[in-house]
Amino acid sequence: MSADFSLNTKETTPASASGPRIPGSTLGRIGLGALVPLLVLVLWQSATSLGWVTSAQLPSPTSVYSAAVDLIGRGELGTHIGISTQRVLVGFAIGAVLGLGFGALVGLSRLADALLGPTIGAIRAVPSLAWVPLLILWMKIGEDSKITLIAIGAFFPVFTTVYLALRHVDKNLIEAGRAFGLKGIKLLTTIQLPAVVPAIFSGLRLALAQAWLFLVAAELIASSMGLGFLLTDSQNNGRIDRLILAIILLAVIGKATDALVGLAERWAVRRWA
Amino acid sequence: MTSTLDHPTFVAPTSVSSNALRVTFQGVGRSFGGREVLHDVDLEVTPGEVVAILGPSGCGKSTLLRSVSGLDQPSAGQVLIDGTAVNGLDTRCAVAFQEPRLLPWKSVTNNVSLGLPAGTDRTTGAARIAELLELVELDAYSDLRPREISGGMAQRVSLARALARRPGVLLLDEPFGALDALTRLKMQDLLLDIHSAYPTTVLLVTHDVDEALQLADRIVVLGRPDGATAATVTQLLTVPGSRPRNRNDESLGRMRSSLLASLGVDAHRH
Ligand SMILES: Nc1ncnc2c1ncn2[C@@H]1O[C@H](COP(=O)(O)OP(=O)(O)OP(=O)(O)O)[C@@H](O)[C@H]1O
Ligand SMILES: [Mg+2]
Repeated sequence: MSADFSLNTKETTPASASGPRIPGSTLGRIGLGALVPLLVLVLWQSATSLGWVTSAQLPSPTSVYSAAVDLIGRGELGTHIGISTQRVLVGFAIGAVLGLGFGALVGLSRLADALLGPTIGAIRAVPSLAWVPLLILWMKIGEDSKITLIAIGAFFPVFTTVYLALRHVDKNLIEAGRAFGLKGIKLLTTIQLPAVVPAIFSGLRLALAQAWLFLVAAELIASSMGLGFLLTDSQNNGRIDRLILAIILLAVIGKATDALVGLAERWAVRRWA
Repeated sequence: MTSTLDHPTFVAPTSVSSNALRVTFQGVGRSFGGREVLHDVDLEVTPGEVVAILGPSGCGKSTLLRSVSGLDQPSAGQVLIDGTAVNGLDTRCAVAFQEPRLLPWKSVTNNVSLGLPAGTDRTTGAARIAELLELVELDAYSDLRPREISGGMAQRVSLARALARRPGVLLLDEPFGALDALTRLKMQDLLLDIHSAYPTTVLLVTHDVDEALQLADRIVVLGRPDGATAATVTQLLTVPGSRPRNRNDESLGRMRSSLLASLGVDAHRH
């Protein structure tokens, strides 16, 4: 599962590769980025209206749209989106805070590394879905089990990036700090923490992508609300229009939250690196 | 060894400030995992003196300097600053490393302020930094980040950071090593200006014989005596004349040849 998140991070590096010039303005970039989705929409519309596919395989964009309107009218869509977003944010927050804490501890202290490093590594080696039965057994099919799973998913990217970044803070800078009389907390706040700020933000970004991934896993398996539930429910009822709606919503909301963290990340890199 | 090996009597500079400190090396030795690098280094540096340390690469110059700042502990002997043994990091020293080692997320000003002694009050600190930046000709660049300035400018920031400490002992480890020839000459003059404005004891590691002759009161050559594996002081020269010295002076030329010879370089080819 953990390989998937790399897809969402492509946007971090501004497209500076050689080749045709791309528009420098934000508006131009957005326009360019919207091109492919629009093309897909056109292709989709033609495929359905020209009868290349049956509506049982792929419903038309308009029927997906009316499915959305229908669900909004019943007040269900808002609930699904709301509960899913809430789960992601709460799980992400818990996982990120724990990841920061443990990453800092294990990254800074040789003792903590020797003590905790192997255990954390072993836990990370467990494929994430393997936790699901255990979590359900322990916490029942409530919010707790889902949020725990999402927190596990968000924990590791933050933990790993913070830990590795702290380990690789330029030894020369630390020595320079020590030479000018910094030690302990002062050394930490003056040199080590600022040096890893950009890494923390890229860790958070990966963690957010992981959180969405784990949300769907959790909701697919056991839930009565949320976008993941909308997926299974639509599959069981043969509502392919709703199924596609759920996928599109996941893409849009996931991308939107990622863009927000991406903004913070870019600010952090400019400020701290 | 053709040169003056006997310890000369050193005449202290006229304007020694009260905070220039004496540095004494007593039988300093350093081994790394059984491999002896430095052996029995004895040297007395008088307050306000500028001593250049020359020696082939890897002979232990940086290691010797680190033993003064307390970044490294000798495995034999001891270093005394102003009569007290260095034990752990010594805040009476300030270091300018071979690389600038600036914090990338801080402005030039804030990087320099890292050098201020703990407990310096705000206004004193700000005034001192402004003065130092002017001295190293960076007052127009005070708000820039390290990545926005050139290598030579970064080196000057690093020097200013060390000076902000008003150190009793200034340790410079090949501070101009990475600079082009022209900038290097400018920085040497700058260092002399600074030294006359704030006379402090300076230990300067360099691999540039001319730089040593231009800047130092005395030159220490570290080297491995025949058959030895560890380096020690093989020559101690007093540079004649007062600074700024004429780079073409004849006696300097002779000293230059002899130094180059002791470093294993044939002077006639240079
Ligand atoms: N932390 C260390 N651990 C092991 N060996 C070390 C360590 N620091 C220095 N040395 C060894 O000590 C010797 C002297 O190193 P040092 O850096 O003092 O040389 P140097 O004279 O400054 O050389 P250069 O002119 O190239 O800077 C080298 O052989 C080096 O391998
Ligand atoms: Mg060195």
